[in-house]
This record gives sequence, structure tokens and C-alpha cells, in this order.
Amino acid sequence: MPIILNNVSYVYGEHTPFRKEALKGINLTINEGDFVGIIGHTGSGKSTLVQHLNGLLHPTTGQVTIDGVDAALKTEEAKLMRHKVGMVFQYPEHQLFEETIAQDIAFGPKNLGLSADEVDARVREAMDFVGLDYETYANRSPFQLSGGQMRRVAIAGVVALNPSYLILDEPSAGLDPFGREEIFQKIIDLHAKKGITVVLVSHNMEDISRMANRLIVIDNGKIQLDGKPIDIFMNKRQELQSAGVDVPPVSKLVEYLRDRGLPVSQQVISVDDAVKAIEVALKEVNHAK
Amino acid sequence: MLSNITIGQYFPGDSFLHRMDPRAKIVATMIFIIAIFLAETTLAYTLVGLFTLFTVALSRLPMRLVWNSVKPLWIIIVFTMGVHVFTTPGTMIWQYGFLHISEEGLRMGSYMAARLVFLIIFSSLLTYTTSPIRLTDGIEHLLNPFRLFGVPAHELAMMMTIALRFIPTLLEETDRIMKAQASRGADFTTGSLVKRAKNMVPLLVPLFISAFRRADELAVAMEARCYRGGENRTRMKELTITSYDYIGIAGVLVITVVLLVLRFVPIG
Repeated sequence: MPIILNNVSYVYGEHTPFRKEALKGINLTINEGDFVGIIGHTGSGKSTLVQHLNGLLHPTTGQVTIDGVDAALKTEEAKLMRHKVGMVFQYPEHQLFEETIAQDIAFGPKNLGLSADEVDARVREAMDFVGLDYETYANRSPFQLSGGQMRRVAIAGVVALNPSYLILDEPSAGLDPFGREEIFQKIIDLHAKKGITVVLVSHNMEDISRMANRLIVIDNGKIQLDGKPIDIFMNKRQELQSAGVDVPPVSKLVEYLRDRGLPVSQQVISVDDAVKAIEVALKEVNHAK
Repeated sequence: MLSNITIGQYFPGDSFLHRMDPRAKIVATMIFIIAIFLAETTLAYTLVGLFTLFTVALSRLPMRLVWNSVKPLWIIIVFTMGVHVFTTPGTMIWQYGFLHISEEGLRMGSYMAARLVFLIIFSSLLTYTTSPIRLTDGIEHLLNPFRLFGVPAHELAMMMTIALRFIPTLLEETDRIMKAQASRGADFTTGSLVKRAKNMVPLLVPLFISAFRRADELAVAMEARCYRGGENRTRMKELTITSYDYIGIAGVLVITVVLLVLRFVPIG
């Protein structure tokens, strides 16, 4: 069952001079099994949008339903549904608070009311998933870790809730390339192996384009583009740029080569694809000679 | 979640009060607060009330906002009123055991409550119409003469500026951490008082850590820019006294004189 946003609008600071309409009549369905990338420049409304997906913000007008249940309700059922949507905020390591890593990860499962054994099993599984050895790290303080490790602990804290949907807001911000790659690999695994529906918010078109199978571009509180990344990069470049985002560097390179007369396929999204496509194109050119 | 907190919240505008110099506004507020305590009769309180209302109208702030500044303090207002109502001796109109209500008590209680309400409204106008930066600038200028007695005026003002500057940042941070923990099933709003206090731990620990981290970063950033206190610093925006300030101060002085007359000059 999907998360459905029906004509959702959200206003910050109503009745003050700081009034800002952050979302304007958003209609959106997030289907199970999707890997959705949401992109938009700062202040476009993307963070506001994702906070509606698990009921942290309630629409000023309109409705959000998770698996058919209104997320704004205060019933037990709605609460359960909201727990099915895990949310990893920007700089999630800033939310760590417990004395040990295991205790911190256990915070979520404990709140779900699971038994001690189940909680322990969840913690082990989540730590294993983000690549932190249980024996080594379980009893350490989370504040002794490096930034990348802290972030993995924080993500484990959300994964331990066993969400059906996982929302990540700029999960790679402030990490070095190694850390980024690690985090992204974990997210790809979550989607591929656990079948979790992922919603990834990012500034970085390259990251989104190689992972997501659906791309949503937000500008000025409205959905400007929605479709397969490759289609958007190939056909909607103008619209992308007017929304303040750019195609990934790989697409730019391909475009450049095509302009110069090398018939590289446009169907590339990752660096690896591009290498192969350029190789093929070069062979063809040589053949023709 | 926390958008209804209004501590030091500046409300931008272009009214008479907004245009006044912060120094003049601080001085005027102080004079008026003292003047409120001169009021003793119903006539005097009516005048004070009218003057307060007139100033609110001058500020062109929404009434709701002004009301919001009084609302959180209603317990204190009711308590003050209660103490006066129940403890003032005089003509009894109701008595039960050691509790008694006298006519004088009722009057004193209402006066005290009115006094508090006017006081809160008037001083909240100062923070509503003055941006925090201008406010601390004003305080620094007013404290400057006391440097002779070893009052570190600039440092005090800088500390206030920084504290005020970080209120919205910390509120934002609190909001974010609350949301993050709420998505992990934390519950900040239900349960007994003890349980709720315990539930605050996942919020307070990260908040303290981030506050210390920010303080540290700020200190390094200031040092890296060779900040070293108040000696010989100049400002980009100098404060200037304009005719608004003379009119404003004069207005407050007039009401003060009227109140003085009402109190000390026997009429009739």
C-alpha cells in the first residue's frame, strides 16, 4: 500500500509577517518498492514535504494517507502507520543521546513496546546492517566515534524500527567520499535486500540519478517534474535548470561528446555506464573509418 | 511545535515605535514602569491603561501578539491578585475561617493585576518593536557611563547579543531533535510528570551537546577574526536620536507628571 498525498499545502508562520507557503497543492503517490529521489534547491520545500510523509507535520490543507490511514489522526492505528515510516534527518548523529551505542539503537524498538529479546535482536541486526561489529561497538559511547560512524549508528537507530518506508534527508551531507559511498551502499542494500521503499532527499543530482528509479523535482513548493531520471535528463533539461538544479556531470559529458560528433548513447546514468557507452561509440567510429 | 514561543521575538514593522532609537525606548520604558507604581486611584489606573493602549496602537502590532505576551504569565497575575484579595484587612464582604475578602482587598487585587498586565504589555512592546541587535546596542550605550565603575558594558552586550542570536537557532534545533526522536517513537506529551521528565532526556542530551559544540565553534570563529572585546571598536550603524525619540520621551514624561500630580497634589 502506498503513501498518498492529496492536494497537500503547508504554511509556516500563519498570521505573522514571516508567513511562507512552503507547499502548494502537492499531489503525490509513493508506491511500495520505489526508490524515489527528491531534488530541489535550498528552500524549495523538499524537507517540508518529506516531514509530511510520516506525520511529523500535518498539512494546512489536504490529506496524507499511509496505507489508507490518515497520518494526521491521533488513533493507535495512525500511530502504528507513522512508525512504519522511518525518518533519517539531516545530520542524524546530532540526535544520539545514550551512554552506549546499543542502548541508543534500542531506543526506537523499545518505544515500539517490543520484548527485551526482540529489542536485542533488532539492535544486532541493525548494527550488522550498517557494518558495525556488535562485540566491538555495542558498549562503547556513541560520542567517541568518527562522524561517519556516528551517522551509521543514527541510521541503525532508524533501521531497527523495521520501517516499510525509509526517508533520508541529505544522508551524505558533511561526509568524505568514502563515508558517502559507504552510506549509499547501505541504502541501496536496504532497498534491494529488505525491499524497503526509500525516499532520498538530496542536492546532489549524481547521487540520486544512479540510485533512484523515480525522480521528483521540487521548486517553489510545487512538483515540477516527476519521472524516470534518464527521461528527465534527456528530455527536460530546460525545466530542470529553471528549477535551479542541473543534470549530473555524466549527462553533461555525454552531451558535450555528442555535440562534438561522437555518437554516444544518451541512455547513461552512472560513470560506469558512460565509460561503456563511450567505448562502444569509439569502436563504432573506428569501424566506420 | 514550538512556534508559539515569543521570547525576544522581534516583529518587523515601520511604526512610530519601530523608528524610535533603542536607547530612547529603553529609557522611556523604564520611566513608564516606575510611573505605573505611582498610580493609586481608579482615575490614575485608567490613565495608565489608556496610555498603554495608545502605545500599543502606535506600534501597529496585531492585538493577538500583544495578548500572547501576557498569556504565559496569567498564573502570576492571578496569584498576585489572590494574595491581595484574601489578605487585605478592611470592610469584610465575605468570610470563611481564616479566609476573608474585603472591599479594599478586591480593589487592591484588581489594581495589582492591572499594574502587572500594563507592565508586561509595555515592556513586551520594547522587545517586539526593537530588533535584538539594536536592543543590545542600546543597552551597551546606556551602560557605557558605568564602565568607570568597572561594568564591562561591551562584554555584557556581546553576551546578550550572542544569547539572543542563538534563541531561534536552539529552538530550531530543539524542533528538529524532537521530530527525530518522535520518528523513533519518543513521546513528549503524554504520561505522568516524572515520566515526561524522563522522556525529555533524549531531547536534552543532544541539545546540550549541540549547544556546547556551537559555543565552541563560535569562540574559535571569533578568535580567528581577532575579536578582543570593546576597545576602540567602531560600528557600521551608529544610533541616532531623532524627533521620534524626543516626542516619545516627552509623551512618557507627560503621563509621569500627570500621575505625580494625581498622587501628591491634593485635589479639591
